[in-house]
Amino acid sequence: MKGAAAVMRSELIGLAGVVERNVYLTKRYFLWDVAFFVWTVANTLTIVFIAKGFEATGATIDVNRATTSLLIGAVIWAYLGIIFEFLTETVAWERWEGTIEYTFMAPLSRSMHLAGQGVFAIIYGLARAALLFVVVAMFFDLSLPDANYAAALLVVTVASISFIGIGMMTSVMPLISPEKGMQLGFIAQGILLVVSGVYYPVSVLPEWMQWLAKISPATYALEGAREAIIEGAGVSAMWDEIWPLIIIGIVSVPLGLWVFARGERYAKHHGKLKRSG
Amino acid sequence: MLDTAEEITMAPEVAVDGVAAVEVVDLRKDFIRRKKREGLRRARKRVAALDGVSFTMRKGETLAILGQNGSGKSTLVRLLSTLLLNDGGRAVIFGHDAEREPRAVRRLVNRVSVEASFFKKMSAVENLSYAARFYGMAPSQTRDRIPEILARVHFPKDRLGDSMENLSRGTQQKVALARALLTSPVLLLLDEPTTGLDPRSKLEVQQFIREIRESHDATVLLCTHDLAEAETLAERIGILDAGKLIALAPADELKQRYESETLEDAFFAATGKTLEDEEEGEDE
Repeated sequence: MKGAAAVMRSELIGLAGVVERNVYLTKRYFLWDVAFFVWTVANTLTIVFIAKGFEATGATIDVNRATTSLLIGAVIWAYLGIIFEFLTETVAWERWEGTIEYTFMAPLSRSMHLAGQGVFAIIYGLARAALLFVVVAMFFDLSLPDANYAAALLVVTVASISFIGIGMMTSVMPLISPEKGMQLGFIAQGILLVVSGVYYPVSVLPEWMQWLAKISPATYALEGAREAIIEGAGVSAMWDEIWPLIIIGIVSVPLGLWVFARGERYAKHHGKLKRSG
Repeated sequence: MLDTAEEITMAPEVAVDGVAAVEVVDLRKDFIRRKKREGLRRARKRVAALDGVSFTMRKGETLAILGQNGSGKSTLVRLLSTLLLNDGGRAVIFGHDAEREPRAVRRLVNRVSVEASFFKKMSAVENLSYAARFYGMAPSQTRDRIPEILARVHFPKDRLGDSMENLSRGTQQKVALARALLTSPVLLLLDEPTTGLDPRSKLEVQQFIREIRESHDATVLLCTHDLAEAETLAERIGILDAGKLIALAPADELKQRYESETLEDAFFAATGKTLEDEEEGEDE
């Protein structure tokens, strides 16, 4: 029992070490993060202004509701991008720095290594998403008297477990293709969101895409966040979104770890870990 | 080429408790190399980076492996540090099979390679903290230990907070040694640790390797193509040529065996090549 506790302690220290390293790197690259945030704000504005644009062309829409709905979609898009970026960096950044062999020959389990990356991604991503929401909302005269931000935060956090699982699957790709592997994160992000109703209801999609929407965690994250912020729904009212997210999370995390382990084994068999590989 | 693989394997380098520090038996690693396109098909061929290598090391021994670039030295280090999976044979570290028990092996091994390899924007202390956490060392354990180890490698105190990118290559390599030492490895794998360093840094790093060996009772496998370094640091020297370990003996014995005045001549007599030549076998 003592042995198991010691192993678990050691594993948790390793997990915290990954978070600690990301804190160091975020501090060192802070101005780059600011620049990237400015780009994200600009990108989000181009989408959210669409609601006002429709009104200006004579369309009759609830501008407040449409603007908020687009804003939530754009913020979730940006959040998912951060999650996938951090997970993909598990391999990509370390390959670039040349540290990957030292990390992969250490006795920390890969699940804790990836979990550490995921924990930091969620903390950083949620803080950034909240700031993005506030900054972009200031450009519009949004009225959100019933918004339940705590419930929105909860549903996005639960969805994040599934996002981490999917991110683990894509993060191994830079091991297999050092030059192009990172792109798979963007591909996964785009596919997830297009079938999940990022800027539109899922009901407008072709039927086969609606089926895909049912297994996408982003669908439930978007629906839940919109219900909480626009309708003011509480946690109990969002159970229809939360239980599928729990199930998808239970499946996607072990699947993500399995895919990563397969990729790592392939890389070790073919000598792809080294920097010049 | 007087040695046979069998003679080398049979060398009785076993620790007092009966477990060899390192036992490598008929170890083999192939890489697939793409050849030029022939018509619509691109032919591939299998190249042996390590071809049936066998040797044992006793606890506390320093063994140097000499070989040209591409002879299989780095592949051997990567196999022992669980970064590659072998295609045959086995490598056993203090009784743990590198392929079947990689996590047990990882607790025992650390490595310094030719490239210092750090997060370049992070400081030496930050990089060492990150490395230590992966070995289960909490902040309370590293708070004092990291500055102590850095002091041992003569790392300047006033540069503890500097980014690695602002440190000289020699200083970075000392931090790499400190990183390896931090985790108290019982097997230290040194893959050309002084290549590219200026003479002063080289001597300092070599002196530190001696200190590690003496103070930590570590077993050291040194891969190098620096003959003087091998001769001064190692008790036995192996010659790796095209993935095969063709000789393994103390330096004097090698010179005697190949009727050579110097280790360089012995290497040439054994392989028919100079150390500066480059082979094509490894690292595909």
